[in-house]
Amino acid sequence: MKEIHELSLPDDVRYAEDHEWVRADGETARIGISDYAQDQLGDIVFVELPPEGTTLAKGEEFGTVESVKAVSELYMPVGGEVTAVNAGLEDTPESVNSDPYNDGWMIEIKPSDPAEVEALMDKAAYLEMLKGSA
Amino acid sequence: MRFLPHTQEDIQEMLGVVGVDSLDALFTTIPQECCCRLGLNLPEPLTEWELDSHMDDLAGRNASSANYKMYMGAGSYDHYIPTGLGYLRSRSEFLTAYTPYQPEISQGTLQAIYEYQTLASRLMGTEVATASHYDGATALAEALLMSIRVTRKKKVAVSQAIHPLQRRVVETYLKPTGYAIETIPYQADGRTDLKALENMSDYAGVAIQSPNFFGCIEDLEAAGDLAHRQKALFIASFTEAIALGLLKSPGSQGADIVCGEGESFGLSRSYGGPGLGMLGSSKKYMRNLPGRLIGRTKDLDGRDGFVLTLATREQHIRRERATSNICTNNSLCALTAAMYLAFLGGSGLRELAELNHSKAEYLKGSLQESGLALPFASPTFNEFVVRMPAGFDATYKRLLDQKIIAGLNLAPYYPELADCYLMCVTETAAKEDLDTLVKEVTS
Repeated sequence: MKEIHELSLPDDVRYAEDHEWVRADGETARIGISDYAQDQLGDIVFVELPPEGTTLAKGEEFGTVESVKAVSELYMPVGGEVTAVNAGLEDTPESVNSDPYNDGWMIEIKPSDPAEVEALMDKAAYLEMLKGSA
Repeated sequence: MRFLPHTQEDIQEMLGVVGVDSLDALFTTIPQECCCRLGLNLPEPLTEWELDSHMDDLAGRNASSANYKMYMGAGSYDHYIPTGLGYLRSRSEFLTAYTPYQPEISQGTLQAIYEYQTLASRLMGTEVATASHYDGATALAEALLMSIRVTRKKKVAVSQAIHPLQRRVVETYLKPTGYAIETIPYQADGRTDLKALENMSDYAGVAIQSPNFFGCIEDLEAAGDLAHRQKALFIASFTEAIALGLLKSPGSQGADIVCGEGESFGLSRSYGGPGLGMLGSSKKYMRNLPGRLIGRTKDLDGRDGFVLTLATREQHIRRERATSNICTNNSLCALTAAMYLAFLGGSGLRELAELNHSKAEYLKGSLQESGLALPFASPTFNEFVVRMPAGFDATYKRLLDQKIIAGLNLAPYYPELADCYLMCVTETAAKEDLDTLVKEVTS
């Protein structure tokens, strides 16, 4: 397991309490799980994602991530319509481990309320939360 | 684990610790009306030989295939169990093995399940098969739930020609969870009315049994095409596993999920059970399969080894989010089936299936020649429906006294099929007995 200071926590994403990240880019936003989450889960062997076109509210389950240890639910950090899913994860789910913020992205959505993105934690706040739970 | 009953002293000491003075005081929270005050009304004790004879009397009230000519299948079939099978399966390492909660230490248990899975998936024509379930009925319910998980839809369609009791188990599983079950009617030839499927949409799964409850062989390929056109998963079920020795496998005919009862593979018909729930699917859906799967792999030294695989979705890890919470697999029954299939071999299973089919055809032809009508025209395997002369009940009772069970009266299950009986002929039937049966029912 990584120490907290070893975690990669980029500045250009927002973080949710369930350890998903959101990167807004104009009309759309990409969602994945943080370096902390992938590190806790261990080797990821399968990612189950929703069909494109699904509309989900903040907090709803959008899929599952399966590591050799466990299957965990993925929750929407913000509400919106799924516009794309990372099909590459079908063959290389391990990119969630190796590159959680880029190749390891999971879904792209059109957020229903951009303010929900703003309300998420920035790097500093997320780091504080991790320190509190560590 | 030893069982040592508490002494009076133990009980007093424990009562003292919790601060009550008698057992009655301990149980005061139980409502009075629920307490039996009369004591247990038990008969006088018996000697061992008296008890033995009493149990024999009770057992004698059952019609077992040892003493009866059995022409009733309807989900549980009278197949001969090779004597060697009983000896092998009662070896203590098989008979007493319990669910491998620490699985990899029990390589033998895992290998046995793996061998069963291999045979089951070949027969069903699926890429993957589970380690087994309770019985065919629960496997069918699990298959339907699986289609709901995969498609995220809330309705399923079930053929009316699926075993009526299995359909009741499906209702028990699905109704309380709010999933709707639609029935696809059967048509004049005894097969499922596939036209009805054309107007059905938004279904998670479509389930069809073949041979169906009337013994008729369904057109699985056509049913699968229609189900897929409606974006539903196609589930093919069976109650007579021996038919898999002769018919094209359901998987090769487009079934996404195949499930059924494996009792015919060497299991006894002890009061209907124990059963063997067989279930398999294509690899695409393996993460949604309920229960457990055993896989083969290599250990650090490159030797073959067996592991519990994809267990991350099982109940002891996923709790209420597991793919199923009734994951007990029937390992001893699965092992028995694997042994039975090994006894027969591939060509043996086929010959046995042919024997079932040809003997059933013989009875079917003879009944028809003697003037009885066969309401359904579709080809059958080892069961078929025949319309008996009105007032056949009396003949049926008379035959029962002669230790002949002349099929199953379908009226209680399908009121529109009055005077129709479901007849079954397996390899155990002799030609003379079949001739006697024809004479008796037509006299």
